[in-house]
Amino acid sequence: MHVTRDFSHYVKDLGAGLKHIDLAVEGVSCAGCMAKIERGLSALPDVTLARVNLTDRRVALEWKQGTLDPAKFIDRLAELGYKAYPFEKASAEATEAEESRFLLRCLGVAAFATMNVMMLSIPVWSGNVSDMLPEQRDFFHWLSALIALPAAAYAGQPFFRSAWRALRTGNVNMDVPICIGVILALGMSIVETFHHAEHAYFDAAIMLLTFLLVGRYLDQNMRRRTRAVAGNLAALKAETATKFIGPDEISEVPVAAVRAGDLVLLRPGERCAVDGVVVEGRSEIDQSLITGETLYVPAEHGTAVYAGSLNISGTLRVRVSAAAEGTLLAEITRLLDTALQARSRYMRLADRASRLYAPVVHATAALTVLGWALAGASWHDAIVTGIAVLIITCPCALGLAIPTVQTVASGAMFKSGVLLNAGDAIERLAEADHVIFDKTGTLTLPELEVVNAADIPADMFSVAGQLALSSHHPVAAAVAQAAKSRSPLMGAVEEPGQGVRAMVDGVELRLGRPSFCGAEALVAQSASVDPEASVVAFSRGDQKYLFSVRQGLRPDAAKIVAGLQRRGIKVEILSGDREAAVAAAAKALGISEWRAGVTPADKIARVEELKRAGVKVMMVGDGMNDAPSLAAAHVSMSPISAAHLSQATADLVFLGRPLAPVLAAVDYARKALHLMRQNLWLAVVYNVLAVPLAISGVVTPLIAAAAMSGSSILVMLNALRARKVREEATTWK
Amino acid sequence: MEVMIILVPLALALGLAGLVGFLWSLKSGQYEDLEGAAWRAIADDDAPAPQAQPEAAPSRS
Repeated sequence: MHVTRDFSHYVKDLGAGLKHIDLAVEGVSCAGCMAKIERGLSALPDVTLARVNLTDRRVALEWKQGTLDPAKFIDRLAELGYKAYPFEKASAEATEAEESRFLLRCLGVAAFATMNVMMLSIPVWSGNVSDMLPEQRDFFHWLSALIALPAAAYAGQPFFRSAWRALRTGNVNMDVPICIGVILALGMSIVETFHHAEHAYFDAAIMLLTFLLVGRYLDQNMRRRTRAVAGNLAALKAETATKFIGPDEISEVPVAAVRAGDLVLLRPGERCAVDGVVVEGRSEIDQSLITGETLYVPAEHGTAVYAGSLNISGTLRVRVSAAAEGTLLAEITRLLDTALQARSRYMRLADRASRLYAPVVHATAALTVLGWALAGASWHDAIVTGIAVLIITCPCALGLAIPTVQTVASGAMFKSGVLLNAGDAIERLAEADHVIFDKTGTLTLPELEVVNAADIPADMFSVAGQLALSSHHPVAAAVAQAAKSRSPLMGAVEEPGQGVRAMVDGVELRLGRPSFCGAEALVAQSASVDPEASVVAFSRGDQKYLFSVRQGLRPDAAKIVAGLQRRGIKVEILSGDREAAVAAAAKALGISEWRAGVTPADKIARVEELKRAGVKVMMVGDGMNDAPSLAAAHVSMSPISAAHLSQATADLVFLGRPLAPVLAAVDYARKALHLMRQNLWLAVVYNVLAVPLAISGVVTPLIAAAAMSGSSILVMLNALRARKVREEATTWK
Repeated sequence: MEVMIILVPLALALGLAGLVGFLWSLKSGQYEDLEGAAWRAIADDDAPAPQAQPEAAPSRS
């Protein structure tokens, strides 16, 4: 059969005979990779642009239309040692990127205006105590107004819009006091300038916007980066399917191009990328990513297979079904929908702070005006003082307090292998006090491992590994991996569903089912020892060995579980797997609370039960059966190898083989929440000090500017401390 | 104080030039990959790239 790869779905036509494709690349981490990839790809004829984006881990490629096949780029990258996948920007990501650019433009305008208005303000401040003529001061004030008003009108858009949205729905958010403060400050300054007054607050108003935009931009940038990572994850999951485009002709196409009713081919060792029904062939499939069950399920004509299932032994032809028709998947989808709807809208720390903040500040300003009026001051002076209170209390440090910490903490988490999927995940993670782990694929590694390698002579092991290279069977692949074999044996023949055999020096070698190798007697002993493992037999003449292959626990799982417990977090296992398998894992990890054979509905029920008891649950799982409970939990985490649905639902995703990122994430999040609170307190203390000055009417624009920038810088510096947590977590690699 | 007639417009013009420069750099996608740009600045150019590498890749997506 002839195989082609068809990536036309991803190729964009730029016109003028140029084509463009975006590839997500795995493993690009340094400047060296960047130069290597760009040189390697540019060396291909007809390539006009090859540019790596190190932040998003992507390559943009442009080439002259013609003979060049996009699949060639992927092969070239594979030669260079990088796995690449064609990539399609999700529309959500494009919107985030556009929003991010808009904020940066606003920030640029505001910063420009701040600097220029400051240049005019400083002479006024120093002129007020020396010999500046009132006409000169007025001229400078008008000039400031000329710069500040249009700049504020443009750069204030993000705040005005958000405040208007909130007010229209009858809410108050942080942007409402900001807008009121800015508009009043500018309005008052114009009136004061008109009356040749000494003080104008153009500088304070525009500076406030600049600082707030810094916070807003950092926040947005973190979300954009998260979105980009999530987009890459989707692409890296290699969602391609082998589709029949003729009775005997197949083509590798992206899943997006597969329609219901298409026929796809599923070879041994391949993961199914679509939902469908087997129409031809006989095999075993591993559904552990869907149900958590590690025993293989037989598949034949009429068996439903779901995206994420791993085909083990035989080749299958699968008819793609429309949506979730299978009972299990339909059930999971239904549970997930309900869980997502019920997901209590978590009130972010910043929103809670602003809900308290706005009424207090506005009441203070109003009382100031009334107080001065009652004390006999003119209405003009009373209002000017009231507005000064609003300006000085404008939540400048408050607006920076949280985004700066989040940006620093998410950067630190990124370095320790944790990606954020949700903006408020850090706050929620910090509150978690009960962790529920799924077993299969979460506490255990997704790949198979040979557990009895020590019992097998090294020379036998390496020959078996070489033989295993000729098989597609995942168990055989695990043997080949463990033996670190590179060169396959010549003349090896695979017998579908049985195993592989080869003749070497006149002796027959066989690797496969115990019956295929005549090793049934050994199986009887093995099964009594380790009921969880799959076995594969190897024979060389009369010498027979059994390899026992299973999913091993993550290398540091026990340490991490102990670490979580030491931090006062309860740990529990909820698994869809058999009781014996779960009990063994729980025992090895020192977890006393565990349940086996739970359905997705049971998992949700358990999460809800804990929630009702006031426990903040963190769910860590990878299977499709975990997706609903991931959505229901207070905060959720998935390994990178997780099923699509789970990863999209999880708040955080962690990379790599060790479980250490889970603990590191908890530590970083706790530290970050601590710093956010500390920052909010710093902002409060600042206000407590500054407000009496404002109320007493001695605040000049100079004091306002100094206080504002001082508190903002203090808060930003404090946020930098989120980079470091106690040594313990980070040294556990 | 007549000097202000020259200095004030000059100062404003310089500020505006800075702003225009910033907006241009934003538009030409120079903030798309801050991490990569940091490394590019110190990358060795010992092996000349086989083809001209456009310095600023306009974002076409």
